[in-house]
Amino acid sequence: MSEVIVITSGKGGVGKTTTTANIGTGLALQGKKVVLIDTDIGLRNLDVVMGLENRIVYDLVDVIEGTCRIKQALIKDKRFEGLHLLPAAQTRDKSAVNPEGMIKLCEELRNDFDYILIDCPAGIEQGFKNAIAGADRAIVVTTPEVSAVRDADRIIGLLEANELKNPKLLINRVRQDMVKRGDMMSMDDIIDILAIDLIGVVPDDEKIIVSTNKGEPAVTDNKSAAGEAYRAITRRIMGEDVPLLNLGSEDGFMFKIKKFLGLKVN
Amino acid sequence: MLLDLSKLFGKSKNSKDLAKERLKLVLIHDRANVSPQFLEMVKGEIIKVISNYMDVDEDSLDIQMTRTKSEDGDSVVPALVANIPIRSVKNSGK
Repeated sequence: MSEVIVITSGKGGVGKTTTTANIGTGLALQGKKVVLIDTDIGLRNLDVVMGLENRIVYDLVDVIEGTCRIKQALIKDKRFEGLHLLPAAQTRDKSAVNPEGMIKLCEELRNDFDYILIDCPAGIEQGFKNAIAGADRAIVVTTPEVSAVRDADRIIGLLEANELKNPKLLINRVRQDMVKRGDMMSMDDIIDILAIDLIGVVPDDEKIIVSTNKGEPAVTDNKSAAGEAYRAITRRIMGEDVPLLNLGSEDGFMFKIKKFLGLKVN
Repeated sequence: MLLDLSKLFGKSKNSKDLAKERLKLVLIHDRANVSPQFLEMVKGEIIKVISNYMDVDEDSLDIQMTRTKSEDGDSVVPALVANIPIRSVKNSGK
């Protein structure tokens, strides 16, 4: 059974693309067949984050328009067995893709892949509508900042209005030291506001920048704290119960985690 | 300096609490999805009804969406707050 998961956020720059790259690579490392679709037409970036920018021949728009077959446009990641990328077009605009085309594409990809991850563009316009059209479930990425949380709330409303019920929250770039001194909202604060289930918390980690510099997702780096968080998220996506990393929240932290993950609540 | 003073007087508030408070307020507006036109319509209707009973100062009438503590005091709920200055009460309603 395959799943189509859209990674979205509303606000730009919170880590959608990094998240897509890391979860996708993580799933491939777990032996899954994965395809990553970059739907940010005109501003593609998943290719560089993945280090596959030199291998693009065809793109998403070519596939949607029938210029090439799906298999011709898929870039096989030679480092990770089972991982593929369908890059966005860089010289077109969002109107070159429509929701119907995306639904059809996702349906066809289901035949060959366990997980189809869609990297959504920022915003709530056409690109967002295209990205969510074929998805079964959604992961909403936010950071502990008012602007990102506000936009996440809007996105959650729009997802639910579009029949993508029960989206999961990923809180990115959490700084434990700032949470401890009360200068950054904790995961509890953010969950309190957004009232959705958590899929994971990713600490702010310099290694993310280093790994992006190299085009190697941090999830492959055993020394990276963010990589560890992404490995845990990957396993949660596959249905495992993995406890959250302690990122310096308030008391009662473990209890709340269990509660939000639906684990034994006493 | 300001921060230190406020700490001395026990008024210090973590910046994350401020963030949370501001977010909650702004999200009530976002979620309710009320446009200024919507509020104008509500305002017009309220004036129409109240004018049957009293003479109100339409120009200084103020109506807005805000939030308030729910009755059990635990949660925060959206509220419509209207400030309607009355000029005089009509006697016809006796």
